[in-house]
Amino acid sequence: MSSAPSNAANPAMSMISRINIQQYVVYVGFLAIFLFFAVVLKDSGFLTVRNLSNIVLQTAPITIMAIGMVFVLSAGEIDLSIGSTVAVAALSAAVTMNAYGMIAGIAAGIGAGVAIGLVNGLLVAYVRLPSFLVTLATLGLFAGVARSLTNLRSIPVTDSTFTGFFGSGSLLGIPSLIWWTVIAIIAGHLIFRETKFGAHVLATGDNARAASVSGIPVPRIRLAVLVISGALAGLAGLLYAGRLQAAKYTLGETDLMTVIAAVIVGGTLLNGGKGSIIGALVGSLMMGMLNNGLILMGLSVSDQMIVRGLIILAAVAVSLREKLR
Amino acid sequence: MNTQAPVLQLKDIRKNFDAVVAIENFSLDIYPGEIVALVGDNGAGKSTLIKIVSGVYGPSSGTITIEGETVAMSSATMARSHGIEVVYQDLALADQQTVYMNMFLGRELTNGIGLLDRKTMISETEKLVKELDVRIPSAHATIRDLSGGQRQGVAIARATRWAKKLILLDEPTAALGVAETAKVEEIVQSLKSRNIGVLIISHSLDQVFKLSDRICVLRRGKQIGIRRTSETNKNEIVSMITGVN
Repeated sequence: MSSAPSNAANPAMSMISRINIQQYVVYVGFLAIFLFFAVVLKDSGFLTVRNLSNIVLQTAPITIMAIGMVFVLSAGEIDLSIGSTVAVAALSAAVTMNAYGMIAGIAAGIGAGVAIGLVNGLLVAYVRLPSFLVTLATLGLFAGVARSLTNLRSIPVTDSTFTGFFGSGSLLGIPSLIWWTVIAIIAGHLIFRETKFGAHVLATGDNARAASVSGIPVPRIRLAVLVISGALAGLAGLLYAGRLQAAKYTLGETDLMTVIAAVIVGGTLLNGGKGSIIGALVGSLMMGMLNNGLILMGLSVSDQMIVRGLIILAAVAVSLREKLR
Repeated sequence: MNTQAPVLQLKDIRKNFDAVVAIENFSLDIYPGEIVALVGDNGAGKSTLIKIVSGVYGPSSGTITIEGETVAMSSATMARSHGIEVVYQDLALADQQTVYMNMFLGRELTNGIGLLDRKTMISETEKLVKELDVRIPSAHATIRDLSGGQRQGVAIARATRWAKKLILLDEPTAALGVAETAKVEEIVQSLKSRNIGVLIISHSLDQVFKLSDRICVLRRGKQIGIRRTSETNKNEIVSMITGVN
């Protein structure tokens, strides 16, 4: 094949400009924050195995939801409803489990997530309402449902098999929450990167008309990504219920922004066509580490919120700069 | 000139939208290895005709015959399954994906366990791009990093990869500069050796005379006539298009 045109005059420069800085922001940011805390907090126990593994454990639900969000954003949609899906799923699981046992409880939790995803997906894909508005509405709607489901009461989750499987247990010396994270990341990455479905998600978010004239079932893709997101938010609800051994309407309330920030920082575009599951994992861990480090530094809750907001803003700005060229 | 059966036969095609007649009495045969140009003023019905051939609209009456078989097409997917590919004016490429993923957009190859077969997709892309002499940096290049001419080259290469009977080109050089237009014209010309029919819509008579074997003129939804390119001239075609002698 013939050589590249025009800019071939300076191959080194064109190589450099072709490397996507944006792609690596999350790794550089992750390392920078890690090193900063490692130095500043070396006497506060940040670097202990226990603390680091705690970060991963606490981040598990965020990571799980971030995987769903990568699919949704890559398809050019957004899912704001995960914030309340978590609580509805956890409460449904807890109530059902206490009445009918563990399997029914798990099914109810995931089922609640899938059902919310279906409501979002059908409205977005077939009624053609914008996902931002649909999921903003269902976010509020299901926050209300979560409150009314048990009249604001928190429901204990006592089934030890369940709490072991979804929370405090471990297998082969590795905590179950880490197993969930690893399995979900591998499965998510494979489906997103290596299957037709993943390619169709990207094509739909990139250019829906091109996807459509190429025979990709665009409405079905839109429905599917929102159902996946709902199901994963349901799983996140189970993980919260398992770890905290209780379900409450406040679960997941503050997670939405964290999840979106983690995914964007991880190199997924807000308006579709490009995404990264591995980036989302690193982004999630970065958010978890930030949380943990700021607490260890002894910042007040309000200062934590401000610092976290500023760091997310900086990270997102760098991530999106490429887009504006 | 051609002893083979036509790849596409349109017979007495009529299309109306309620009371408005967009196309009537349109008949055209396209043979393998032949480039037919469709010309006409804005609103003459060219786009409607393209949409009928590409399966987006069904004709109100008349028949479409592909290699001797009468077909009813109600979607672009059905047209594709009959071996008809369209290169759209606005390209229909996914900008942030690679060249090879666009080449196989919606028809990605997978291996035995359902995972994408990138290796085969890349090597097929490289082979075709080389054959058609579409000069792109690599099959891995992202579409948005390519020039307009390179993009159009990719779009035509994709159509070539999949078309078994006919490629429809809707204003393939409308958005291109002079050098890029020349390159795309070269690529279109090289399609003739592939034994598929080409139907091209163009506003540039220079281009039409350079590329086509026959010219079909539409005016206000009516077929004014078909001429062999070698037996006509621009004056005749212009007067057919405008209706002014």
